[in-house]
Amino acid sequence: MNYAWNWGVLVQSPYLEWLGQGIAMTLAVSIAAWIIALGLGTLIGIVHSGASGMVRFATGSYINLFRNVPLLLQMFLWFFVVPELLPKAAGTWLKRDLPHPEVVTAIVALGLFTASRVAVQVAAGIASVPRGQSMAARASGFSTVQAYRLVLLPQAFRIVVPPLTSEFLTIFKNSSIALTIGVYELTAQTQKIQSFTYQGFEAFTAATVVYMTIALMVTTLMAIIERKTSIPGPTARG
Amino acid sequence: MKGRILGLAAIGVSLALGVASAARAQASDAVIDRIKAKKSISIGYREASIPFSYIDAQGKPTGYSTDLCVRVAATVKTALGLADLKIKWVPVNLQNRIPLVANGTVDISCESAVNTIGRQAQVDFSSPFFVSSTRLLVKSKSGVAELADLKGKSIALPINSVPERLIKSIIERDKLNIRIVPVRDNSEGFLALSTDRVDAFSTDDILLFGLRSKAASPADYEVVGKPLSYDSYGFLVQKNSTVFLSLVNATLARLAREGELQQVYQTWFEPLGVPLSAPLATTFQIIGLPE
Repeated sequence: MNYAWNWGVLVQSPYLEWLGQGIAMTLAVSIAAWIIALGLGTLIGIVHSGASGMVRFATGSYINLFRNVPLLLQMFLWFFVVPELLPKAAGTWLKRDLPHPEVVTAIVALGLFTASRVAVQVAAGIASVPRGQSMAARASGFSTVQAYRLVLLPQAFRIVVPPLTSEFLTIFKNSSIALTIGVYELTAQTQKIQSFTYQGFEAFTAATVVYMTIALMVTTLMAIIERKTSIPGPTARG
Repeated sequence: MKGRILGLAAIGVSLALGVASAARAQASDAVIDRIKAKKSISIGYREASIPFSYIDAQGKPTGYSTDLCVRVAATVKTALGLADLKIKWVPVNLQNRIPLVANGTVDISCESAVNTIGRQAQVDFSSPFFVSSTRLLVKSKSGVAELADLKGKSIALPINSVPERLIKSIIERDKLNIRIVPVRDNSEGFLALSTDRVDAFSTDDILLFGLRSKAASPADYEVVGKPLSYDSYGFLVQKNSTVFLSLVNATLARLAREGELQQVYQTWFEPLGVPLSAPLATTFQIIGLPE
C-alpha cells in the first residue's frame, strides 16, 4: 500500500495536546453522565421494583422510552428539537446563553439514556434477592424503607456489580456519539488530527489504544470492588 | 486581485513544467500498467456531493466531476491504443477516498477534493477544475454582511473541515468575539441557522448555494461576505504516477482550450444559479495548456 506512515505526528505539538484534550473531554463527559446515570437509575430501579399502578407505569415508560430510542437520535433530539418545543425564552436560553451547550446536552442525554439501563439492572438485582428475605424483614418489624436500606439493597447492589461494570465501560464508548452535536471528545479530536495531517491510521490507532486502556482500568477497578464487596456464602453466588 | 492572478499563473507554470518533465522521464507507471492489464479504469465517485459527483435517480454516478472523468477515460483509451476500456465505478467517501487512491483500489477519484499541501503527502492532484470560496450563509433579515458583523453572535462551522480551520484562525487573529458552534454536516449547519441557534453558517460557497436552493423559502437566506479563501478542487491520483497524471491534465487542458469545459460547467451549475466566476474563468484559461 502506498501510505506514508508517520507515527511521529502523535507526539508532535499541537496533535499531542489535542489527544490529551480529547481524553480529558471523554473522561469528563463519561464520568459526569455516569454520576447522573447511577443516581437516577438507582432511584428509578428501586421505585420500579416496589411500586404498582401509576408509579410503576411512569417508571416503566421512562425505561422503555430511553432504552429503546437510539442514543444518536436522543442526542439529536435534546440538542436540536427540545429547545424548539420549549417556550421561546427558555429555548433561546438553551441555544444562546447556556455555557457549553453541546457538552451539557451530551452529558444530560448520555446520563438519562444510561440511567434507564442502570434502572433495569438495579430492579433485577432487587428481584433476585430471595423473596423470603423481604418477608423476614417485614416480619421482624422493619418498615419498607428499612427493609430496602438494611436488607434488600446491600445485597442487590453486590449482585449487580458485574452488569454495572459493562454499563460503565459502555458509557465511555457511547460518549463518542457526543461528537455528532459538536463535542470535541477523543474521537472528534482524532478525526481533527486526521483532517489536519492525513495520518488517519496513526490517529485512530492511538484512539483505540486509549479506549482500551480506559476499559481495562475500569474493568480492574470494578473487579476490585466486586471482590471487596462479594457476599460470603452460597446464597448470593451466581 | 493582481496577486491572485499572479498566484494562479504561478500554479499554471509549475503544472506545465511538471507535465513536460514527466513526459520526458518515462512512458509508463503503476496506474497505466494496471489499466493496461485489467483493460478497465476504476473511477471513484461520491454518493451525494451535488453537483460534482452523486447518484442519479437510476442509481448511476453522475455530475460535473464524473462527466469530466468519462472524458479522461476516453483520452486514456486512445493514448494506450486499447480497443476497449471498461469503467469501474467505486463509491468513495470523505474518510476513505485518500486511502483508496493511495492503495490503488481507485485509479482516479472524481468528486470534490480540495487540493492542500497536507493531502499532497499522500496523493497527487490533477489541474484544478473548480474553485470555491469560503463565505457565509445568513438569514436575509439579519443585516450580517461580513464575518466582522458577527461580533457578539455565533457561527456554525462543519467539524474538522478546511473552512472551520480558516474561520477559527481569522477569529483568533482579529480577536473577534464570535462563538463557534461545531456541526457534524451541512444539513445540521443549516438546521442550526434556521432554528436561530447561530447567526451564520460558513463553508464552501457552492455548498451554501446548494443548501439555500433546497430551503423551504430560499429568499429568507443569503450567501454573503467577501471570499475568505480560494480552494481549488482536483482529481486524486496515486502518488508518483506521472504518466497517468499528465494524461488527466492533458484532457483537462484540451477541454478548457476548446471551450468544452465551460459548456460542461454551464450544464451543471446554471440550474443552481451559480454563474462562472471570474477566478474560475481565469483558472480555465491557465489550465488550458497548448499541446
